[in-house]
Amino acid sequence: MSVIQWLVLLAPLAGAAIIALVTRRTHSLSAFISVVTVLISFVCSCIVFAKPEISVTEIPWIEIHGFLRVPIGFTLDSLSKTMLVLVSGVGALIHIYSLGYMRDDPGNSRYFASLSLFMFSMLGIVLANNFVMMFIFWELVGLCSYLLIGHWFERDSAAAAAKKAFITNRIGDFGFMLGILMVWGATGSVVFDDIIPQLWRVTSNPTFLTICVLLIFCGAVGKSAQFPLHVWLPDAMEGPTPISALIHAATMVAAGVYMLVRVGFLVQASPDALGVIAWIGTITAVMAALIATQQDDIKRILAYSTLSQLGYMIMAVGLASGEAAMFHLFTHAFFKALLFLGAGSVLVALHHEQDIWKMGGQGRNLFLTFITFGVGMLALIGCPPFAGFFSKDAILSLAYNRNPTIFALALLTAFLTAFYMMRLFVVVFFGKPRSSVARTSREAPTSMLIPLVVLAVLALIGGFNFFARHFLTVPHERDAAQFVPGLALVAMLLGATGAIFLYRGRESDPFSLAILRKKFYFDEFYRALINATQELPARISAFIDRWVIDATAVRGTSGATWSLGALLRLMQVGNLQAYAFIFGLGIVWIIYFALFR
Amino acid sequence: MLLLVTFAPIVAAVLIMLGLPARTTALAASALTLLTSVLLFFGFDSIAPGFQFVFTIPISTELRLNFALGVDGLSLLMILLGAIVLLAAVWFTGEIEHHENAFYACLLLIAGGAIGAFASLNLFFFYAFHELALIPTFLLIGIWGTGNRRAAAWKVTIYLALGSVILLVGLIMLYRAVPSSARSLDLRVLQAAASAGQIAPAMQSSIYLVLLIGFGTLISLVPFHTWAPEAYASAPAPAAMLHAGVLKKFGLYGLLRLALPLLPDGARHWSGLLLVLLLANIIYIGLVTIAQRRLDWMLGYSSVMHMGYIFLGIASANILGTTGAAILMFAHGLSIALLFAITGEIRKRVPSLDFDAMGGLAKQMPLAAFAFGLGVFAAIGLPGFSNFAAEIMVVFGAFRNGFNYQHFHIFQWAAFLALWGVVISAVYMLRAYRRAFFGSSPEPEVVVADIRSGFRFPIALLVAASILFGFFPQIAVQRIAPAFRNYFTASQ
Repeated sequence: MSVIQWLVLLAPLAGAAIIALVTRRTHSLSAFISVVTVLISFVCSCIVFAKPEISVTEIPWIEIHGFLRVPIGFTLDSLSKTMLVLVSGVGALIHIYSLGYMRDDPGNSRYFASLSLFMFSMLGIVLANNFVMMFIFWELVGLCSYLLIGHWFERDSAAAAAKKAFITNRIGDFGFMLGILMVWGATGSVVFDDIIPQLWRVTSNPTFLTICVLLIFCGAVGKSAQFPLHVWLPDAMEGPTPISALIHAATMVAAGVYMLVRVGFLVQASPDALGVIAWIGTITAVMAALIATQQDDIKRILAYSTLSQLGYMIMAVGLASGEAAMFHLFTHAFFKALLFLGAGSVLVALHHEQDIWKMGGQGRNLFLTFITFGVGMLALIGCPPFAGFFSKDAILSLAYNRNPTIFALALLTAFLTAFYMMRLFVVVFFGKPRSSVARTSREAPTSMLIPLVVLAVLALIGGFNFFARHFLTVPHERDAAQFVPGLALVAMLLGATGAIFLYRGRESDPFSLAILRKKFYFDEFYRALINATQELPARISAFIDRWVIDATAVRGTSGATWSLGALLRLMQVGNLQAYAFIFGLGIVWIIYFALFR
Repeated sequence: MLLLVTFAPIVAAVLIMLGLPARTTALAASALTLLTSVLLFFGFDSIAPGFQFVFTIPISTELRLNFALGVDGLSLLMILLGAIVLLAAVWFTGEIEHHENAFYACLLLIAGGAIGAFASLNLFFFYAFHELALIPTFLLIGIWGTGNRRAAAWKVTIYLALGSVILLVGLIMLYRAVPSSARSLDLRVLQAAASAGQIAPAMQSSIYLVLLIGFGTLISLVPFHTWAPEAYASAPAPAAMLHAGVLKKFGLYGLLRLALPLLPDGARHWSGLLLVLLLANIIYIGLVTIAQRRLDWMLGYSSVMHMGYIFLGIASANILGTTGAAILMFAHGLSIALLFAITGEIRKRVPSLDFDAMGGLAKQMPLAAFAFGLGVFAAIGLPGFSNFAAEIMVVFGAFRNGFNYQHFHIFQWAAFLALWGVVISAVYMLRAYRRAFFGSSPEPEVVVADIRSGFRFPIALLVAASILFGFFPQIAVQRIAPAFRNYFTASQ
C-alpha cells in the first residue's frame, strides 16, 4: 500500500528527472515518459481511492526538539483521495492532449519535464499534512507555472507574463507564510492534526484568529487569482493552451480553494474572516464576468470565466460550506479543461489565431470540437442536466439562505456567464468564416480529440448524484427555496438568448465599453502603484547608497588611504603585492606585542 | 584528516609556485580536499559532545599558544562549503593570460585560509588563517580583474584591512577581558571561562560592538557594505565565487563561534541595533538591488542583501535561528558561486553586462541559462534548494524570539519585514533573468557560444549539494544543532 501511495507522488517527479537528465534530446521519448508516469500516478490514485483506509505517513524533514517539527507528511482521507483522482485524471488527459498539441514544438522535452513537475507539485499540495509541506509544494506549483507560462520565452509577452505570475503569487505567499508563522507561534505546531487540539489558543483571541485566517487566505487569493491579485491569470494565457487547461481546471487555481477547505477547521472558526472571504469571492465573480463580456481573445474570455467561477468557489468557502466549494471545483475541473482543450483544438486549426472576430463558422469545419465545446459551454452556464447546473445551484441555494445581497450578485453573475459564453459560442462556431484561415480549418489529430470526448462525457454526468457521491459529499441545503433553481434558469436563459440576439451574424462587436475592455484599469493602476512604492524608493535608495553612504565612507577612509599611501611612498614600494605582504606582517607584529608582551 | 583538509590547498599553492603544472595540481588538491571533507562530514558523530577530530601541536607553553584544529557541526559544514566551492572555482577557471600559476595559487590560498580559519580552535590561528586568505583576494582583483580593477582593489583592500584591524582590536579586548590566570587564546578555554561568568556584562557589550563592526565590515553589513558590489563586479569569476561564497562567511562564522557563546549579554544588549542594521541589509539593499542596471552589480548587491537573513538567524539567538543561519551560509555560498560562475562565462562572450544591451541568451546559451536559472531559484529560496530550508528556520527562529500574541515584539516585526524581502529578491532576480536570458536578442546575427559542456560537472556539484540539503536538511541540522544547544543552555 505504502509503495503505491508513494508512487502517486513520485512517479511524475521521476518522469521529470529522467527527462531533464537523460532524454531531453529525444523529444518523442520524453513525451512518452511523461505520459506513462502520469498514467502510473493516475492508476495508483485510483487504487488508493478504492481502499477505504485513512492514513497519515510521516518522515522527518526538519526537527529541532522543542522548537520546530516539520515532517514530510501525507494525509490520505476522503478529501485528498478525491483530489488525487481528479488531479491525476484530468492531468493525464491533458498530457495525452499535449502529445498532439506540442508535437512540433522545439522545446517539447522542456515542456513535458515541466508538466511532470507540475503534476508532482500539485499532488504534493493535495497530500500535505502540514502547513510547511503545503507551502513547499505551493511554491513549486508557482515555479512550474513560471516555466510553462514562459515556455515560449523568446516572446517578450510570455516572459513578462511568467514573471508576473510568479511575483503575484509570491505576494500572496508572503501573507500565507505570515499566517503560518502566527498559527505556529500560537499553537507550537505546523502539522494540521497537532494544531486542532491546540486550536483554543488561537480562537480564544478573536482578533488574532481573524488576522491569522485572512493572512492564510492571502495565499489562496494569489494562487486562486482572486481580486485584488487576479491580474496574473489572464496574462498567463501566453503559455501553450494545454497549460491553460491544466492551470485553470484541476491544478494551481484549484489549490487555493482546496487549501481553504483543508484548513477549514481554522477558517470556519472566524466569522469575521469568513465574511471577508465571501465578499472577495463575490467581487471576483461579478467583476471577472463583466470583463469577460467585452474580451475578444478566445483564451482570455475563458480565463475570465475561470476567475468568475473561482469567485463562486471562494464565495462558498466564505459562506461556510466547504462541500459546496469542493463540488463546484470538481465539476468545474471537467468542463473548464474541456473548454480550454476545445479552444486549443480551434487554435490549432486556425494556426493560433486567437481573435474570435477572425473566426466564425467553425461548427461545420470542426464538428467534434463544436459538439464537445458546446457541452462544456452548457455545463459552464449551468444548463440542466449538465454538471455545472448542480454545483452552481448548490452555491446559489447556499447564498440564498445565508446572505441575500450575495445571492443577488451571484444570480447576476450567472446571467453574465450565460451571456459571454453564448457570445463566444455564436461568434466562433456560427455565421460565416471571417478570415482565410477560418475558411480552410481542419479537425485536430486523434490524440487531441480523445480527451475532448472523455471530458465531455464527464461534464455531462459529473454533477449527478449517482456519479458525484462516490467522490464527495454532495451538499444538501436544507429548507432551500424551491424557486432558486428556477431563478438560476431564468437568469441563464435571459443571458443566453440576449447574446444570441445581439451577436448572431455580426461581423464585429457592436459594443465597446472602454472600462471593461481595459479590465477596470487594474494593470495601469498596479503599474502606477509599483512605480510609486517600489521603483521610486529603489532609485532613491540606489542614489543614497552611491552618493551618500559610499561617498562618506570613501571620504572617511581616504584619510587612511592617504596615510597608507604616504607610508608606502616612504618605503619606495608602490605596488599592491608589497602592500599586502607588509600588511600581513604588520598584523602579526601587532598581535605579538599586544598579547605576549 | 583535518590536517589534510586544511593544508592540502596551501601545500598545493606552494607546489604550484614552485613549478608544478598549475591546473592539474589545483584540481587534484581541491578534489582531495573535497573528498576528505565529505568523509569528515559523514564520519562526524552527531551525538558526541564537543569538538571532534581534534589535533594539537603545542607551540609555546610560555605564551600558552597551541596550534589546535578541531571541528563541530558548524565548522564542518563551512569546511564542506569551502571544499565544494574551491573545486568548482578551480574547474571554472579558464585561460589565464599571464601568471597562470600565481592565479591558481591565489585561489587555493583563499580556500585554504578560509578552511583553516573554520577549523582553528585557537584565536591566533583563526585570525592568521583569515589574513592568509584575504591577501590573495586583493591580488586576484588587482591583477586579473576587469573594468576599473585598480580602484576596486584598493577600495576592497582598505575596507577589509580596516575591518580586520577592528576585529583584531576586538579579539585582543576579548583576550584581556578574562582574568589573567584564565587567559588563553584557546576557544575551549575561553568558552569555559565565559560560561563560568568571568566576562563582565559591561565588558561584553563593548567587545561585542567592536566585533560586530569588525566582522560586519568583512560581511558587508550596512553601512560598511559599499566595497562588495564593486569588488565582485571587478573580480575574476573564480575569485568572486570563493570570496562571496566562502571567505565572506568567515565573519558570520566568527559571530556564531565567538560573539554568541562568549558574549551573550553583549549580544542581547545590541540586538536592537543589529536588527535595524540587518533589516537595512534586507529591505534597503533589496531596493538598491532592484535599481541596478548591470548583471554583475545586481548580483553583488543581492549577495549583500542575503547576508541580512543570516544576520537575522544570528540575532534571533535561539537554536532554531542559528542553525538556520549556519545552513543558510552554506546554501548562499553555493548559489552565489553558481551565479558568479555563469556571469563570468557570459562576461567573456558579450560586449556588455548592461541589461539594456542583453537579451535572448537562453536561445544561444541553453546550458548557461539552465544553470543560471537554478542559481536564481536557489537564491530566491525556492523549496527544494537548501536556501529555502534555511530561510524557513531563520524566519521561524526570529519569529519565536519573545513571541506573545497579545503584543508583538520587535523580532516578530523583523520576521515580517524579512519575509517581504523574499518578495523583493524574487522581483530583482527574475527581472534580471528575464532581461538577460529571455526575450529577443539585441544582435541576433552574432553567434554566442554556450559554455563548455565540461562545466556541467561543477554546476552539478554546486546544485546537487544544495538540493541534497534542501531535500534532507536534517542531515545538517542533526550535526549543527547540538553545538548551539550547548551555547544556549550554557548562557542561560
